[in-house]
Amino acid sequence: MNELVALDGISVHFHLGGGGFLGGKPRILRAVENVSFAIGEGETLALVGESGSGKSTLGNVVAGLQPPTAGTLRFRGRTLDRATWPQARRSIQIVFQDPFGALDPRMPVSAIIAEPLRIQGIGTPAERRARTAALVEQVGLPVDALNRYPHEFSGGQRQRIAIARALAPDPALIVADEPLSALDVSIQSQVLNLMKELQERLGLSYLFISHDLAVVNHLVDRVAVLYLGRLVELAPRQLLFDRPSHPYTQALLHAVPRIGRKRARGQTIKGEMPSPLNPPPGCVFHPRCPKAQDVCRTTAPILEPAPGRAAHMSACHFKE
Amino acid sequence: MSAPLLEVRGLRVGFPRAGGLRHVVAGIDYALSPGRTLGVVGESGCGKSMTALALMGLVPPPGRAEGSIRFDGRELIGQSAAEWRALRGNRIAMVFQEPMTALNPVMPVGAQIAEVQVLHKHLGWKEAGENAVAMLEAVGINSPRERARAYPHQLSGGMRQRAMIAMALACEPALLVADEPTTALDVTIQAQILDLMLELQDRIGMAIQFISHNLAVVSEIAHEIIVMYAGRIVERAPADALFANPRHPYTQGLIATLPDPEQRVARLPVIPGGVPDLDAGARGCRFADRCALADAGCRAAEPPAEEIAPGHFAACFKAAA
Amino acid sequence: MTRYILRRILQALLVLLVMSFVIYSLIGLMPGDPLDIMLASNPGATPEVVEHLRKLYGLDQPLMLRYLRWLQDALVGQFGYSRTHSLPVLSVLVPALIQTCKLMIISFIASVILAFILGILAALKPGGILDGVISLFAFAGISVPVFWLALMMILVFAVKLHWFPASGIATVGDGGFRDQALHLVMPVITLALASTGGFTRYVRASMIEVLRMDHVRTARAKGAAEWRVVLVHAFRNALIPVVTIMALSFGVLFNGALLTETMFAQPGMGKMIYDAILGNDFNLALTGLLFATVVTLLSNLVADLAYGWLDPRIALT
Repeated sequence: MNELVALDGISVHFHLGGGGFLGGKPRILRAVENVSFAIGEGETLALVGESGSGKSTLGNVVAGLQPPTAGTLRFRGRTLDRATWPQARRSIQIVFQDPFGALDPRMPVSAIIAEPLRIQGIGTPAERRARTAALVEQVGLPVDALNRYPHEFSGGQRQRIAIARALAPDPALIVADEPLSALDVSIQSQVLNLMKELQERLGLSYLFISHDLAVVNHLVDRVAVLYLGRLVELAPRQLLFDRPSHPYTQALLHAVPRIGRKRARGQTIKGEMPSPLNPPPGCVFHPRCPKAQDVCRTTAPILEPAPGRAAHMSACHFKE
Repeated sequence: MSAPLLEVRGLRVGFPRAGGLRHVVAGIDYALSPGRTLGVVGESGCGKSMTALALMGLVPPPGRAEGSIRFDGRELIGQSAAEWRALRGNRIAMVFQEPMTALNPVMPVGAQIAEVQVLHKHLGWKEAGENAVAMLEAVGINSPRERARAYPHQLSGGMRQRAMIAMALACEPALLVADEPTTALDVTIQAQILDLMLELQDRIGMAIQFISHNLAVVSEIAHEIIVMYAGRIVERAPADALFANPRHPYTQGLIATLPDPEQRVARLPVIPGGVPDLDAGARGCRFADRCALADAGCRAAEPPAEEIAPGHFAACFKAAA
Repeated sequence: MTRYILRRILQALLVLLVMSFVIYSLIGLMPGDPLDIMLASNPGATPEVVEHLRKLYGLDQPLMLRYLRWLQDALVGQFGYSRTHSLPVLSVLVPALIQTCKLMIISFIASVILAFILGILAALKPGGILDGVISLFAFAGISVPVFWLALMMILVFAVKLHWFPASGIATVGDGGFRDQALHLVMPVITLALASTGGFTRYVRASMIEVLRMDHVRTARAKGAAEWRVVLVHAFRNALIPVVTIMALSFGVLFNGALLTETMFAQPGMGKMIYDAILGNDFNLALTGLLFATVVTLLSNLVADLAYGWLDPRIALT
């Protein structure tokens, strides 16, 4: 598989005030810490983690909405910088979680979908109209949707509009940040099917950000698990779900409720994710880890292949 | 099975609109026994949250609840505001979805918990405050004395929901109504909260009405499950029976649309269309427009709930066959 | 917190310094200088005498230099003499300041209390009859000009009914507490009503918003009585934005005080500054305006501190 986008040592730190004149100690939120991975052409990679894990921040970095504090981004082999971003921008689009907040309520759907084309100066007005009409059909909306406004649509339909807008400049990668979370169960499967269908037809790659492991298992090729801004596991889907290597991934999979299973009590992972303002030393997972030893408290593990599985990367001193 | 703690008969919640009432809950019947857990599932707008508010006497005006809610041998519909207040937080308590907004942002959490006992047990603030610390400890919060003095924004999402639960259980109610209590939480925290609720149920013995859109969560903790659609109960069954043998086409669709972690399929089945507008004039089965089995009979009359197996009810003309 | 207050005071001093220069320059730019008026009353002065006086007062120096010299004195509390009153500036200014503060603080407290009561009552049932009546009152309060209201009050309560004296701060020969209080009633009502309308609308809007919040529903779900839900749970939250607006508008009250004092012939700051500017009383006008700036800066600081105190989510750093 050809590499489409690659992240190399990406970190994102936010300064939350402090420092300077009478300001006291500076406070730095380490949202993403030294993350590297690649997404192939036509591949779907899931970014999985709990709130505060840095998955949305990382998604924004890939979509070009958040400049990284450190590290580089490559697109089709070229390092992205100020000069190369404008070209890459049309090839990387993003779909957000909230289909209500992400669409301008005062714009008709046709203008919303055509906006990326207009901003990028792609095509003549007539060509843009034709493209918009084709996109509306492609995402399964009625043609008369073009002249209507977002409030006339249900949540699922709005997410289709957002997807059509993302598809407008004919991108190679779509960053989908929790695109199903705000939708009802029966609507989720409709949007999920649409995303699969579009991928098959257009050869798209997805960076699919989600906390829902069942959905992830259904849609993606590979999974990256984030914990407190660190990449703790990166593996092909089947391997990750069958033989999770990192204790956090194991805990995460165990916590997912399943139909037809009764709650087995006392097996739930204890504690909560610490603040990214003040990450623990050593392995950041050690305060909650059932396997933690002395080495975990002092030395941060590096991402390495799990025993006997070259494609299965895990950052744990005691990986399985 | 013991005598029911809660018996709901023909409950309707209506909001006035041009040309009559719009019923977001359109006549539902169910019962709940002490110490049992009832799961209520359905999509947004199905009436599951409004049912919960009706149990608390908190249907927002100008809405009105009609029908019958018998709780502990008393009829709740039509009782006075003072009678409702004596019941709320005391015998029936509620936990809400979003613990950040459901807690008062300018009041320490300890005081918010203590307030319940001050109101109902007529304790002084000092004694109630001490009890609140003990309750925070009981719901698994470390250093409860400091946490009691903290404001909601100083706690994590999981701790806030634990505090909400401590508040709801402060007077050891007979019925706990939990409206999507884990929806806003991460999976590992969700698992912790579910464990906690079950543990406290063992200890206090309250019945739980657990409302959720998440079938899997409900399947793990409920004894009996109600599936709601457009203001009606379409299916009601013991949890095992419901998932092993769903009889209503809507329930079948809901279960089928969920991606199965064990096996991956190319395309998920879908329920076409969306939830219909709750129109007073509508006739027939509310699910007919989205149902593959629907025929003229389904569109002519509303199917009544029929017991198709012991304890298993479905409101569908096609389910009995 | 201490660090925050310290930093704010430093900032305020900086603003004050800049303002003092701006005001100094503006007054310096006014047509005519103190000598013109002096000479107008003494037409026989020779050019030599004028030149001597100009040197004596330092008026031959460039503006910047004069400002620096003034600043040097001001920093040690020397604000100079008031030309029109022939007294040190502070001994003219301090009584006026006290008089104005009395009027402003009493009016402010009265209008805040009234606005809380009316705003909460209106918010209990938005769109109800009570809400309609209160909104009408609030709207009238915003729309009616202060001078017209003052005239009407004088006409009705002083001229026709003789309940209250029409002007001044005390009756000559009396001046007891009751007498002074009676003199304050009408100015206070006038000034208070001018801001009550706006405050009431803020309280109402804030309460309506808070009463819709989830935690208010939680309070009801606990079994709290309606008065407790409104006054304990909702009100404390509704206060947060309202108090900020109120404290900020304390400075604005100064404008109203100027008009009110003029209408009721009260010797306060407003009238003093007005007379000082007309009379080319450079030192008095300058110092008076500076004190007005201090009041505004202080009310801003109080607004921010109140905000941080009421809302535990705000960390003042």
